[in-house]
Amino acid sequence: MKKINYFFKGFFLIEFVAAFILAMKYFFRPKATINYPFEKGALSPRFRGEHALRRYPNGEERCIGCKLCEAVCPAQAITIEVGPRQDDGTRRTTRYDIDMVKCIYCGYCQEACPVDAIVEGPNFEFATETREELFYDKAKLLSNGDRWENAISKNIEKDSSYR
Amino acid sequence: MSDIFYTYLLPTAIITGKSLFLIVLLLVSVAFLLLADRKIWAAVQMRRGPNVVGAFGLLQSFADLLKFVLKETIIPSGADKVVFLLAPLVTTVLAISAWVVIPFDNNLVLADINIGVLYILAISSLGVYGIIMGGWASNSKYPFLGALRSAAQMVSYEVSIGFVIITVVLLAGSLNLTDIVNSQSGDLGMLNWYCFGLFPMFVIFFISALAETNRPPFDLPEAESELVAGFMVEYSATPYLMFMLGEYVSIVLMCSFGSILFLGGWLAPFPFLDFIPGFIWFAIKTCLLFFMFAMVKAIVPRYRYDQLMRLGWKVFLPLSLLMVVLTSSYLVLINHFSNNL
Amino acid sequence: MLITNLFFYIFSIITIASACMVIAGKNPVHSVLFLILCFFNAAGIFLILGAEFLALILVIVYVGAVAVLFLFVVMMLDVDFTRLRAGFLAYLPIGGLIGFVMFVELVMVLGTWKLDFNLPTNVLTNELSNTRALGNIIYTEYIYFFQLSGLILLVAMIGAIVLTINHKQTAKRQNIFNQVIRDPKESVKNINVKPGQGI
Repeated sequence: MKKINYFFKGFFLIEFVAAFILAMKYFFRPKATINYPFEKGALSPRFRGEHALRRYPNGEERCIGCKLCEAVCPAQAITIEVGPRQDDGTRRTTRYDIDMVKCIYCGYCQEACPVDAIVEGPNFEFATETREELFYDKAKLLSNGDRWENAISKNIEKDSSYR
Repeated sequence: MSDIFYTYLLPTAIITGKSLFLIVLLLVSVAFLLLADRKIWAAVQMRRGPNVVGAFGLLQSFADLLKFVLKETIIPSGADKVVFLLAPLVTTVLAISAWVVIPFDNNLVLADINIGVLYILAISSLGVYGIIMGGWASNSKYPFLGALRSAAQMVSYEVSIGFVIITVVLLAGSLNLTDIVNSQSGDLGMLNWYCFGLFPMFVIFFISALAETNRPPFDLPEAESELVAGFMVEYSATPYLMFMLGEYVSIVLMCSFGSILFLGGWLAPFPFLDFIPGFIWFAIKTCLLFFMFAMVKAIVPRYRYDQLMRLGWKVFLPLSLLMVVLTSSYLVLINHFSNNL
Repeated sequence: MLITNLFFYIFSIITIASACMVIAGKNPVHSVLFLILCFFNAAGIFLILGAEFLALILVIVYVGAVAVLFLFVVMMLDVDFTRLRAGFLAYLPIGGLIGFVMFVELVMVLGTWKLDFNLPTNVLTNELSNTRALGNIIYTEYIYFFQLSGLILLVAMIGAIVLTINHKQTAKRQNIFNQVIRDPKESVKNINVKPGQGI
């Protein structure tokens, strides 16, 4: 009896029809995806995106060239050279390069930084047309910091109560 | 001189013009159907599908076309160059050439030949060559395996599709597509269509058409999980585009062929809807079948190869043979009684 | 008529040329592809003669099915043509002799055949379509031959199946119907095993 029942189920494509009805139900459901370039998903304040070098509110760069980030970087993506600055003789970096191709976005650099200079900002749309553009130097990182300062400082403030 | 002009040149020019118009119409509608296919697939999976190029992504297919044409054609060094490039051409040309005999409306057909059904059957059975040639000429393992699979698959399902068509031809009493549609007209409207009288045949035709055009769930020649992309692994740029184009044109061909054989072609479903032009009904029915093609792609998982062969030879072939016998005995019976009365 | 003649010559030239390429081709797959082209053009000649049913049956049966199997086999076999060709000259005399004998026989046969170059243009009456005319002949006058050839084909098919099938007792086979009909209620049992006791 079960066999006959099963045969008719197969013969009349019952399961196919059921699947079709189910698919039609899903057809008119609201989409689960977002309309990406025009809508973006919510990001956590801890989101680790593109790197930026921050400045103090008075415009002075935060980085003091302690090289902790270079030391902690597991991918060895950071290269720093340090020297006294020409005008006031303070210890500053003369070179601060991040190879974004090597970087694994682990966030150790921003954890290591004693002055919150290097941070990973909320920006994740930094695709380039050439590989060379992904070798960031100090100027690029500082300009990133200037551009994303508002968002970065807000994120740090939001996250500060958990630290 | 003017004799030659009127007997040869002018008709040739007219036929060429008509054919060009048909091809352009066909390719444009295929472009939108391709988009519809992707959109339907996306909707079932609760995605959006292509929506950036043009309003609602309407121009996506044209953007894809540009992209394919502008890319570099890579020919593998071990490939048989001539056959490698011939294969996609064969696929596309065959797929398009079958459209010659499809009637869009009463008397709206490029070539109203006596044996239109056989012509379409012949052309679709040739479709396998593009795939075999492409698979062999690539000189690579995956394409070759894909080509072998598709050869076996298409030849097997050709048989059952042939028997399905024979039942329809028996009832219609003609191999001409226009006559087949006309034989489905009557006072009952859509109840005269063969899809009701021959419902099991309609289902078998639909499933065989899926297998014939290498659509999911029978897309084993290009099964990603096993063969990377099957016979298309080594293809890129324009030749790849030609393969895809040929595939979609033959899918739409199968849809319109099915709507002619079983859904009454250009006939209105109810007599009071006759005022709507026939080709619109034809387009609606073809799109309906295409929607089913797309939905099947979205909801049915891929068949295993031995199951595919089992379905073709052990299920569809006996069923369709039985239906041929039943249909012909029914016709003989009717004939007998009408002669006796 | 002019255009018809032109097409006839085009088709026949391509037919003969591709038939030559079938035996001249270095690559067996190319040979099969040329064979297909040959079939195609033969179908074209049938079309010119007004035998559209035969033309399309030729395409469906020979090109669509038989040649696919040829191609299938030829592609699978790794035929080394240079090795096959190695003995070409050694076999040339005897092969040539056989060819010559065949040729002479053909000439003798054809010589006795009266050639009539004024072929009847309309063999078929116009009212009857090609398909119907063929059916009228096959299913009335030649019904026994038709059935007989069908029977021979059936015997050949059964023979092929009997020769190739091997049902080894040791080989494990699937019964798909039995597989899919399996019910989890009958095939899976939940047992609550107490620790240290076993089943």
